[in-house]
Amino acid sequence: MNKSILKLAFVLALGIFSFSANAQKVYSTKTGQIFFNATGGIEKIAAVNNQTDSKFVEQTGQMIFAVLVKGFKFENQLMEDHFNENYMESSKFPKADFKGFITNIKEINFAKDGTYPVTVDGSLTIHGVSNKVSTTGTMKIEKGVPQIEGAFKIKIKDYGITGMYIGDKIAADAAITINCKY
Amino acid sequence: MMISNKKILPIAFIVTCCMLSFAQAQNVDLFAEKDEPIRDIVTSTFKTTRIVNGHSIENVGKGILDFKILHRFGQLSDGAYSLFGLDQASMRLGLDYGISKTLMVGVGRSTFEKQYDGFMKLRLLSQSTGGINFPFALSYAGTMIYKSLKNTSTTIKPYETDRFTYAHQLIFARKFGDYFSLQLTPTLFHYNLVSTSNMPNDFISVGIGMRERISKRVNFTQEYYYRVNKLEGYYNSFSVGFDIETGGHVFQLHVTNSTGMTERTFINETTGEWGKGNIRFGFNVSRVFTVRKPKEFRK
Repeated sequence: MNKSILKLAFVLALGIFSFSANAQKVYSTKTGQIFFNATGGIEKIAAVNNQTDSKFVEQTGQMIFAVLVKGFKFENQLMEDHFNENYMESSKFPKADFKGFITNIKEINFAKDGTYPVTVDGSLTIHGVSNKVSTTGTMKIEKGVPQIEGAFKIKIKDYGITGMYIGDKIAADAAITINCKY
Repeated sequence: MMISNKKILPIAFIVTCCMLSFAQAQNVDLFAEKDEPIRDIVTSTFKTTRIVNGHSIENVGKGILDFKILHRFGQLSDGAYSLFGLDQASMRLGLDYGISKTLMVGVGRSTFEKQYDGFMKLRLLSQSTGGINFPFALSYAGTMIYKSLKNTSTTIKPYETDRFTYAHQLIFARKFGDYFSLQLTPTLFHYNLVSTSNMPNDFISVGIGMRERISKRVNFTQEYYYRVNKLEGYYNSFSVGFDIETGGHVFQLHVTNSTGMTERTFINETTGEWGKGNIRFGFNVSRVFTVRKPKEFRK
């Protein structure tokens, strides 16, 4: 009887193995970095978030980024308070996210080290407002570990963020840089 | 139950088939994934580390130095001759520093009684929503006040330790949405020396403070301290004011019946009476400097 149970377990394990081989490969990280710079005047207005949640699917190119707005760190605490309280209204809109696709995912060979150009299309939601975003970046593959780098600009006013300093001390456009290792 | 060899193959076959079909249906859709609840810690309950005279629940950030100038004019009831108090001034200069996210320390010097004071404020609990719900924040503030004014009495020669007063405060605060915050501050004082032998050395009082948001940059504040056991001849401290934020500063403009700006002086030894117009105009100016950059910005 013991033998037959072992045999059953073995076949089941085989079944599970075939199941996982059939599933789509999802790359994910919880420690991606997003940096933005919105310096308009002399004072540096920049912040970094090192707890970016990001995932993408190797087969479909589907990808998401999500951050807690309060997770952005500024050099100046008061600036961080103003960012959350007056501009981003972080208690009302705690998260910002991006949902989209790597459109040329088929051109990337995950088995081969190298740097591949990628184009990403999708929808970026900040401050409860969604806008289409399309940008290019690179994907570096090193020993099967992908790393995505990209940079793009957004118009702060497109996201319903208001304040008298925007366009003055705060730049009208914020430059966003992404660096995620999966 | 006996499982014979004959039965195993069909069972395994069915199980494998099920799993394969399951895998087929298992096309990952990242967009459909549900968000996990994430703990959101409530911030900016008050605009700065003081409501008017007393501590608020807020700490300065880690690595931030806050230079504070607290200024009170003379009494409104002094009349037109001293331009309704504007001729006089009482001041406290202070430096506060955030050692960590939860601990800040500060020192100050007041013109009143030539006092020096030092304090530490430690955040014990934070209000939060999301993953963990907690309804209020709690901090402890401990202050030591040293009166350096020279002793003029010839009959009593006090010890150096007699010049010290201590204040222990528990600060309970809750932010109700973006527009209103409330704070309760039970306080215990200890005087090393009191003026008569039948006077207690310890005093208890309870503070209540609030902030109401008027616009993105202007907040209305009130602060009241009720003394449970009291020194005779003094009044409860009551202040109303506005917090006004600009880029790197917070200005606080207010009207109060207290002269001193250290805990012992304004809570326990307020000489002004609102009813008689013994109130003063005052302001606090705060300027913050980043002394130690967050690690994300250190290169």
